[in-house]
Formats: sequence, structure tokens, C-alpha cells
Amino acid sequence: MKEKRDLKIQAIENGTVIDHIKAGQALNVLRILGISSAFRATISFVMNAPGAAGIKDVVKIEGKELSVEELNRIALISPKATINIIRDFEVVQKNKVVLPSYVEGVVRCINPNCISNSSEPIKSKFSVVQSEEDGVTLRCLYCEHVISENIAENLL
Amino acid sequence: MSFKNRNVISMKDFSRKEIDHVLDTAEKLEPVARGEERSRLLDGKIIALLFFEPSTRTRLSFESATQRLGGQVLNLGSVEASSVMKGENLADTIRVISKYADLIVLRHPLDGSARMAAEFAGVPIINGGDGSLHHPTQTFLDLYTIRRESHLEGLKIAMAGDLKYGRTVHSLCHALSLYGAEITLVSPPELRMPQEIIRDLQKNNIRIRENDSLEEIIDDVEVLYMTRVQRERFPDPEEYEKVKNRLKVTGDLLKNADSSLKILHPLPRVNEISPEVDSTPYACYFKQAFYGVPTRMALLALATGVIE
Ligand SMILES: [Zn+2]
Repeated sequence: MKEKRDLKIQAIENGTVIDHIKAGQALNVLRILGISSAFRATISFVMNAPGAAGIKDVVKIEGKELSVEELNRIALISPKATINIIRDFEVVQKNKVVLPSYVEGVVRCINPNCISNSSEPIKSKFSVVQSEEDGVTLRCLYCEHVISENIAENLL
Repeated sequence: MSFKNRNVISMKDFSRKEIDHVLDTAEKLEPVARGEERSRLLDGKIIALLFFEPSTRTRLSFESATQRLGGQVLNLGSVEASSVMKGENLADTIRVISKYADLIVLRHPLDGSARMAAEFAGVPIINGGDGSLHHPTQTFLDLYTIRRESHLEGLKIAMAGDLKYGRTVHSLCHALSLYGAEITLVSPPELRMPQEIIRDLQKNNIRIRENDSLEEIIDDVEVLYMTRVQRERFPDPEEYEKVKNRLKVTGDLLKNADSSLKILHPLPRVNEISPEVDSTPYACYFKQAFYGVPTRMALLALATGVIE
């Protein structure tokens, strides 16, 4: 069984492996990291892979180590994801994502009358709060609207 | 405490101590606002009034405040009509006007526009109303009126009318909560104060009660803050007609009021205060409009740094 799984999620020589992504969120992880067709590194991902704690998604970025700040944004949509930095086939660093307290240019404000949704030369800005009642919420620093659900649907 | 170069965007950016300082300054400037004393405090300063939506009252109040202090107004008129800014984004407009003036008063229909303008301006921004969000100079003048005509500490106040959409009542409630007010909210069920705002106020240990009739509460408040209920908020015109009469200040209603009661209204009113009230000692709304001048003078003088 172990061998089969390793075939699906092949080791990489250098780069970043984002593991334990909430199943179905791998594409959103790429969006949240701003990875588009212009991105030059090799990326592979597995969706709905069986893991110890149920199914999960995995994203591997070869030959590139992303910054921790960039990677922590993943916590907005997948708080249990882990980040593995790989050098020479070895995991040199393994961290859980940490919810950032502020995000810029990542999520669209849901208030249609917000200045950040106009053609002004600004990026959306949110403060991020985690509370027991409401989970992760984003507060727009321009119009003060709060996004508490559907964060993934509002990714830019 | 220095206010120099400070932006006035939202009431929530101000502590109680800072609010008191603004109100103290307004009080000192009141004789100038009345035209009884002359001042050259803003001599050589240029204040730009950048109004992307019409609000003649607010604009004239700022114009009067500037000129009473000997400053010059750069009135850009109705911005939609001005060819200078046609098609230009607000950020660029702000960057340009910053080079022409020492302070910008901005009124704009988009939420958060004042906050954004402050990022691009090299001079202080005073928010003259941004979308449905903030109108801090209105709240400062409301507080000033209450302080002059009644008292701020531990005030028993009722706010009546459209409490759901009324931005002025939201930020006034917040500011009053810094002074330990007892707040009664009077509105039709459709136009209740949003729960999250009530929750925020309760965090400041404020006593809040809700009611839908003025008769029941009028004998137990020191200030009654009326706002306009707009017909278009009601899908059913009959419902509006009912509410319109239930939330109306009349001579009859005031028979049960305390003799020291003061009635405020941000104006314009439609029919929520009947004209017979105007000549009673309860009516404070026209004075309130005047108090906008010393309050705005204070904010202009503090933000430009001509007063510490
Ligand atoms: Zn917003």
C-alpha cells in the first residue's frame, strides 16, 4: 500500500510540497499562491489522495521554495495544510500553515460598493481574525465588510 | 496630543480623550463661528472641497468654517461636471489636488474611498461622507451639540427612525458608548439597528433597550435624536404610512417630556418633527446645524496644525 501511494505522490529533488490540503482545495491553493500559466516551475498535484486522516490534496512545486508569508495564505482555505521544504530529496523544513493577520491582493471584497472593487490602483486589504464562534473571518480595511464564509469563492 | 496631518476618516479612529480635545477646540472657536470674533488662523491655507456627490449643506458648512478662519477654499464644484477629472481615477485626482491644497475634504459615493484617499494624499483628508460608511464630521457635530445643550457623560438618549441604514446613528452610538450612555433604540421592526452593532456597543458595557414607540420612552430620555425614515425602505406603502405617524414628534408627544429634553435631527427632515415643535425649547436641530461650523473649524485647524 505504501509503495503505491508513493508512486502517486512522487518525491522531488528540490522545492516545496504542500501536504494535507483539504480535499478539493488544491486548485484554490494554486490560486491563493498566484500560480498561473505564467509560472515556470513544474507543478504537480494530487486530489483526493487517501491519507492517514481521510482524503486530502497534495501540491508539489519543483525547483522553487515559496516564501513562508505566501504559503501561510493557504491557511485561509485549508488550515491544516503543511509545508515541506525539500532540498536534495530531504525534507529540510516541515511546518503547519499559520493564519496570517493581514492579507493583501488575495481575496475580493464582497461589498460591490467597496472602493477596492473599482478601477482604482489599489489591492484589496483585509485583516484576518480567527474566533471560536465565527471561524476565520476577513475584514476589509477599506469598507469594513466582513467575509466569514465562502473565502475560497472570493479568491482573486 | 498632536493632530497635525491627522486624517479624519472614521470615529473609531478617535479615543475619548481625542474627541474631547476636538470638542474643547470647537468651543474655543465658537465666537469666531458666530462672527463675533475675527480669526486669521488659516491665513495662507487652502482647503480643497472635493465632492463627488452633492451635499450642499456639508459643503457650505466647510466653506463657512474655512472662511471664518481666514482660509481660502478651492471648491471643485460638482466633480462629475468637471473636465479636469474626467475618466481619471480617484487616486490620481487626490495626488494632484494634494499639490494644490493644504487639506482635502472628500465626499465620495464608494465605501472606503476616504481611507484609500488617505493612502495617496500628501495632505490630511477629512472624510465628508464615503458611501454608506462614515460621516465623522457629522458625528463630531452631534457630540458637540449634545455637550453644549445637554451633557455627554452618562447621557440618557433615544435614537429614533431608520436605525438600520443610518450611518450617523451607528457612529454616534459608538462615540456615546465611550461616555457611558444609556441608549434607547426606537424604530419600526424593519429598520432595527443591526445586531452586530448592538453587540459591539454592549461590549463597552452600554445599556441598550429597544422599543417601537416614542410615547413609551419620551418621559425617560434627555436627548431624542430623530432621523428620517425613507419611504423607499418599505416594500408596502401602507406600512410606511403607519410608521410615519408612529415615529413623529408632535406637541402632544412632548407633553410628557422632561423640561430639559433636547431634540436633535441631522436634517433635512420630512415630516418626523412637526413644525409646531420648532418654537419650543426642546428643538435643537437648527442650532445643531450651526454647531457644524465650529466643529469643522476645530477639525480643520487641528489637522492643518495651526492649533495644537
Ligand atoms: Zn471592502
